[in-house]
Order: sequence, then C-alpha cells, then structure tokens
Amino acid sequence: MHEVSVTVNGVLRSATVPARRLLSDFLRHDLGCTGTHVGCEHGVCGACTVLLDGEPVRSCLLFAVSVDGAQLTTVEGCRAPDGGLGPVQRAFHECHGLQCGYCTPGFITTVTAYLRDHPDPTEEQAREAIGGNLCRCTGYQNIVASVLRAAAIQRGEA
Amino acid sequence: MTTRMFGEPIQRREDPRLVSGDGRYLDDLGQDALAAAFVRSPYAHARVTDVDVTDALDVDGLVAVYTYEDLDGRVAEPLPLLIPHPSLHAPRTGYPLANGIVRHVGEPVAMVVAVDRYVAEDVASLIRVTYEQLPVVVGIAAALRADAAVHEDVADNVAAHLVQEVGDARAAIDAAPHRLHLDLDIERSASTPLEGKGVYARWDPADRSLRVYSSTQTSTSVRFAVAAKLGIPVDRVEVVTPDVGGGFGVKIVHPWPEEVLVPWAAIRLGRPVKWTEDRREHFISSAHERAQTHAVDVGFDDDGRLHGLSVTFAHDNGAYTPYGIIAPIITSTQLLGPYKPGAYRVEFRSVYTNTVQVTPYRGAGRPQGVFVMERTMDAIARYLDLDRTVVRERNFIQPDEMPYDQGMIFQDGRPLIYDSGDYPAALDKLKKLIGWDDFAAYRDQARAEGRRVGIGIGCYVEGTGVGPYEGAHVRVETDGTVVVATGLTTQGQGHETVFAQVAAAVLGVPVEAVTVVTGDTRRFRYAVGTFASRAAVLSGNAVALAARKVRAKALRIAGEALEVDPRDLEVTDGVVHVRGTPQAQIALKTVAVLANPLRYAFDAEAARATQFAVGGSLDKPPVADDDEPGLEATDYYSPLRSTFADGMHAAIVETDPETAEITVLRYAVVHDCGRLINPRIVDGQIHGGVAQGVGGALYERLVYDDAGQLLNASFMDFLMPYASEVPVVEIDHLETPSPLNPLGVKGAGEAGVIPGAAVLASAIEDAEGIPITRMPISPSELWEARREGRR
Repeated sequence: MHEVSVTVNGVLRSATVPARRLLSDFLRHDLGCTGTHVGCEHGVCGACTVLLDGEPVRSCLLFAVSVDGAQLTTVEGCRAPDGGLGPVQRAFHECHGLQCGYCTPGFITTVTAYLRDHPDPTEEQAREAIGGNLCRCTGYQNIVASVLRAAAIQRGEA
Repeated sequence: MTTRMFGEPIQRREDPRLVSGDGRYLDDLGQDALAAAFVRSPYAHARVTDVDVTDALDVDGLVAVYTYEDLDGRVAEPLPLLIPHPSLHAPRTGYPLANGIVRHVGEPVAMVVAVDRYVAEDVASLIRVTYEQLPVVVGIAAALRADAAVHEDVADNVAAHLVQEVGDARAAIDAAPHRLHLDLDIERSASTPLEGKGVYARWDPADRSLRVYSSTQTSTSVRFAVAAKLGIPVDRVEVVTPDVGGGFGVKIVHPWPEEVLVPWAAIRLGRPVKWTEDRREHFISSAHERAQTHAVDVGFDDDGRLHGLSVTFAHDNGAYTPYGIIAPIITSTQLLGPYKPGAYRVEFRSVYTNTVQVTPYRGAGRPQGVFVMERTMDAIARYLDLDRTVVRERNFIQPDEMPYDQGMIFQDGRPLIYDSGDYPAALDKLKKLIGWDDFAAYRDQARAEGRRVGIGIGCYVEGTGVGPYEGAHVRVETDGTVVVATGLTTQGQGHETVFAQVAAAVLGVPVEAVTVVTGDTRRFRYAVGTFASRAAVLSGNAVALAARKVRAKALRIAGEALEVDPRDLEVTDGVVHVRGTPQAQIALKTVAVLANPLRYAFDAEAARATQFAVGGSLDKPPVADDDEPGLEATDYYSPLRSTFADGMHAAIVETDPETAEITVLRYAVVHDCGRLINPRIVDGQIHGGVAQGVGGALYERLVYDDAGQLLNASFMDFLMPYASEVPVVEIDHLETPSPLNPLGVKGAGEAGVIPGAAVLASAIEDAEGIPITRMPISPSELWEARREGRR
C-alpha cells in the first residue's frame, strides 16, 4: 500500500492505495470525485480525461502512485470562481453540447486546456480539438459549437 | 400565458448538474458497497463440466462465489421471455448463471462478490472452469444450413417464422411490366452507450425491503421482474434509475442476469452489492442488433409505380430471444416507408447463432427495412432511367389519403395505420435543402477536377409513441413549485426539460418552477419504459392531461376564494386572476394551501387553511365527496395506435478515385415529428441519430470469427465515429400534428439513425456507378467492389 497525495482542484487530498489503483478509480472511489467518468478503461473514449499539471491526460491509463504530488483539475474544478458554471460548462449548457452527460466531463476538461492555449479557434480547429473524445449522443455538432462559444465567453464576448 | 413554453428551444434543466460533475450515475452510488464481478465463457458453445474455486478461496477480501448450483427458487429458472408472439415458436432465454451449457462468448458462468472490484476480478481469474466445446454456429447462412444447433431441441435454428401478406404479391409481380430481384445485407452493430449497464442493491433487513438502482430504460418493469424472481412482495421493492449515460435500446432489456443476481446476493449477504459493467463485458454480454439478409422481388410499371413487392429475410437473433421478435417485425412493417407497395408479401425467419443476443438498438429493425426499400427504389430508377426522387414521389401516399391503412399488424399488435404526414412537401423541402436539382452541375464540375461525388436519398416512416400507456402525477406545492413525476426513464433526451415545458404551459407557471422526476418507482409506480421514440408522446401527453386536471381544480378553488366564476379565470406566472381584471387575483401557491384543509398550521402560509381561518359552507364537509385534499392529480395517456413520424435524408459523398476513401460532404435532414415541444432538443436528437447512422453505414460492425469470438470487442477496434467522421447536419422541419393525441406530437428519438445506411449507399452508388448492396462499407470493400464491378 502507498500513500498518494495530490492537489485536486486546489485542495490537497491523500489516500493509501495499492500500487495498481488507476488514477480514475483513485479519484472516483478513494477521493469521491465522481464527476470523472470511466467509459472504456483503455484510453480510447476520453471520458476520464483530467488535467495533470494543466495537461489533459486519460486517468484510466495512469496509476495513482505515478502522479503523487501532482496538481489535478477535474470537471468539478472547471467551475467559475464564484461556484457557478465556468465558461466551458456554461457554453455546453447554452449550445446543447450534451445529452446523457456521461462523456461531458472529459470534453469539458479537454476543451478547458485547449482554449487556454488556443483562445480563438476556427470551427475546423474546434472540431480537431475534440477529435480524441467519443460521444454517442450528440453527433458532436453542438460540442463544436460549444467550443466556439466557450472561446467567445472567455474572450469576454458574453 | 405571458411566456410561450411549449415549442420554445429553451436550455435544458438537467445541464447545470451534468456539466459540473454533479450528475449521479450508477457507479457514483454505493461507494460502501461490495463489488461483483463475473466469470464469463471464453467459448461460443460449450458444456460446462467443472467449476473449481479452490485457488480462488484464499484471496484476501473475497466474500462469496456463486455458480448455477447455488441459485434457488425462481432465480434458478430461465430469464423471462419479455414479449411472446405466436410466430415465435421456439423462444429461448438464458439463465442468470449458465446451467450446464454456454451459448455465446461472454455468457456468465460464476459470480464473485468481494470488497472491491480489483479483488473481485482477481478471484474471477482464479476460478478454473472446464469446458467441453460444442459445434459453433456463426452467421445467418450457417444458422440456416443447420449443420449444428445452438439449442439442442431447435434443430433447424429457427426461432420464429412469420408471413404477412396484403393482396397477392407474387401474382402482382408476375403480372407487372417490369421485375427486379435484389439481395441486400446489413451487418451487426450495437447501441454502445458510453456508460455500460450497472446495478446496485441494498436490502434493509429490519424493514424487509429492497432498493435496487439500475442503469435501465425501464425501472417499473425491473421492479416487477426482480420481485417476481426473488419472491419478494412487489410492495417491498423499489427501483430507482439514477442519471443514465445513454441507452439507445440496449438498456430496455431486463432483467439482465446481473439485475437478478446483484439484489439476490445483497439479500443473502445482508450487505449492499454493486456491479458496474466494463467495456468488454458490454460488448460480449449485453446485446447487439441489425444483422439481416434480405431477398427482394419487385414488380413495377413504366412509370416506376410499384405493383407488387415480396421480401424474404433472415434475422440473426443471437443465442437467445428475450425481447421476442420485435426488431424483425418492425423491419417487415416499416420497410414500406411512405409508399404504397401495391400487393406486399413479407416473410422472415429469426435464427439462432452462438453470438450475443439481439435486441432493439435505436431504429430497431427500421434501418434494415429502409435500406431494403430505398435500395429497391434506386434500382427501379436506374432500370427505368428516371430521377430517383421521381420514382419515390410517384409511389408516395398522398396527404389526402391520410389516415392510411397499410393493412398489416404493427409491433404493438395494432393495425399499421399512418395517422398523418405530408410526404410530397417533405421531399420538396429536402430537394431544396440539399440542392438536388443543381447537383448534376456540381458533379460535372467535380469530375472536371478529377473528383468523384455522388448524391443519395433515403425516406422513412417511423411508428413512434407505441402504447400501452404512460402516466404522470402533477402537484403544486404550497411554496408554488410544481413537481411532475412520470414513471418512464431518461437517458439524455432532456425529459426534465420538455415535461417541465408541457406542465408549465398548461398550468401557467414559469418553467423554472417545475421539477421533473423520472424512472423512480417510489414516485410513480405504473409505467412501461423509454423506447420506440415514445416518451414525448406518452409521458408528454400524460403530463398535459394530469396538469389540466390540476389547473381545473386550481381554478375551482380560486373561484371560490375570489367569489368569481372559474371560467373567468386564467393563470399567469403562477398567479390566478380574473381575465381583464388583474387586481382580482390569488397566487397558485395560496390555492395549493387552500386545497388542503388543515387542523394544524406548520407555518404562516398554512395557517390560512386551518379550520377557524377558512370560510365556506357549513353544510358541506371540508373535503367534498368527489374531491381529494391537495392541489395534485394523476392521469394516464394510452394511445389508440402508434403515431407515425417521417423524414427524408439526403447526402453528398466524395469517394477517392485511388484509395476509395469515403467522405460525407453534406448531410441534409427534413423531419416531421408533429408539433415540436423543444426544437433545440429535437435537433440534438437528430444530430446524434445521424452520427449513429453514419457510423452504421461506414464504420461500425461487430466481427465474429468462425469460432464465435468477437474480434473487435473494444473501442480500439469497434469504430465508433469521432468528431472527424461526422458531417454537419442541416435540418429543416415540417410540423404535421398527430390527430391521435392532445399535444399533436410524434416521437423523435430514433429518427436520425434510420435512413443512414440507405442514404449513404445511394450516394456511394451514385458516385461510383456500381450497385451497393451490403452495408456497412469500408474503403477496402469499396475498392474490392470496384474491381468486381459490383457489391
């Protein structure tokens, strides 16, 4: 067993887990952050995407012990400072960018990281940015629109 | 009403929690529960001769291991046949754990319960099962050859055989001026929601009651099934559906082995137990659909009008038939689409194979039927050298022929009578939307650039809103909030929003005042489920009917309080007032207080309803003989027949002359689901459906080898489309109200997926000039087809 300490959405959290505990399971079952979802457990669907020191990673492909000491951002941490919806969350709501909502946390973390580095994407770039995440409900059209809308919100064009 | 709720594209009520990580899906619950895992058969057909748990028993954290021998009572019996049919002469269902024989890879053989899933899987891997392999049947051809049998007592592998005929189709075809024969095939695919199935059960020994959470499309029916299987009074079982991460049909099947075994184990162990399906389990042990082979004979005249149509097809139902023969019945009836077929004969056989069972996946038999009919239309057009839209138009049922009786029996056991629709208008809209008449010029231009493009079309009619019924309960609380409960479940369709819109519109309250509960048997006990594009039609109308009752009661009570005729009252923004005299008013929340005569005041508002505060006649009891306390009502909507939505899709594709890569350049949809409750949500349903249609046409197939191994049971190999594969969908609506229900709505959930294979086959055939007769089609298959000059 190993003690693993990580900063999740700005709060230091720790738990003692076996070496084989996946980061996704660690977040969900050891720390109770169930917003991060598991869709395939082989790194293809992207539902479990979290930000590891700011970069999007598939938490089902990492062991918790391998990220000891890291800064993690999950979908719960993509809120606005006042606790309301963050810009990406708000955009998904406004553009009907989700249906069942299961894949949504992975999209929101992915898009959050993308827009930090690419604040003004074209529609084609927005589609490319979400090209590694699976959604079975929306056909992606409104997710692309959500990326563009989130960029506009972040640029202050609310 | 000051604001129009019904028909507005308002934002979804469920979104804020789902985008914040505050959704509660099955695996988010029961963090303290024991975890279950299953030992599943690695063979497609085998006798289980021994299950040795010796090594497994030493694992730290193991709680229990169960095999078939441990099952008792009705848990040891086969799972139920959900939808019997007279033509399903040899139905077979599996056991919760294999009883001596396994019939597909993935069938559960043993159940492990442990402190967590890691340990449960450790134990499962140490259980040694000895199998004696039996001959394997894979594919429709092998099933019909019947060299081996999937079920020993069904030697020909035929589970069902059904014929329906309207007129003398063979004679009509023989007598027709022209005849064609086509062989048309569709391969397997699957619903594949991002969240798999899952069950979590807690038994309360003191209360002797069971609560089951399941990621299901039908909580009420799971409740009855679990109670019956476990021998518990129904009254002591409640089933709650949490947020569900997609269904698309697969979660309407019930009870799954796990839905029986998890509660069963929770009771035996006296501890909460949870099972969460993993991705491979979902591929090999839930359900698939679509695989069918069809032979078509059609007779027609010089104008392309159908005189007779005869379709014989075989449906691969996998190893078991828990859901009956609904999918092939739908193919056989919905194949007719918006057309008058002349005489029609359809015959199908549903056959067993050693593969995962087949049950409805969004569209449910319609994509195959539409593929067959639309390929036939294109073949006639090509034979007569007519425009493909002209042949379709000449065979359309006309608006003045509605309601139109196709003379057959539909999947609900009721006549196949189309209630309404305007197919010529829909086609006209589609041709304008895609630019059908300008395409020849575009093709010439592309050709000059060395590019190969084609345009395709597909039309369909979709029976939606099947019965038997749904119900709803609507209550106005004393704080003015409105609570709506309906029994069917939700998997992303936005029911919390659209049912709130319906209730808000009827009651005259802001939509924000309404909360909606779905799929919780504690809140509403009678329901059927969410499938067949039925929720808006069935529960939508039930909510409207219940809300109308509440409104009538509110106006009566307000009329008494204001001493005016209730007929002069209306409700605006939660306030009942006299029409034209807004100062004479009473808040709906106050009406709710007055609706419940009280002895005891629990707050200042409630004091208004106590016995010394209320006025009224002393000659009548506080609650009249024909009345009940509370501002609430329950009502049910049970349709006479299904409603029939329709739509037409067109696509422009480009095929690479060298690599045969297929790219969808444009995709246009004209859709008629009657009156729209929320256009934003309907468009979203279409977008998602089209994505699944494109997936089913170009990418998705489930590949079994001859030994019955599913070769692509992962997202690495089963090619679900990413954003890069799905075209932008251009949508236009027609709103032909259904005359069958108060809201005039038809269902919309499945529409987008239905004509996908038909439209893209039509477009690829147009681009390539070679017949496309099998879908899905990959670039390498198209490349081969070019070499052979056909496919």
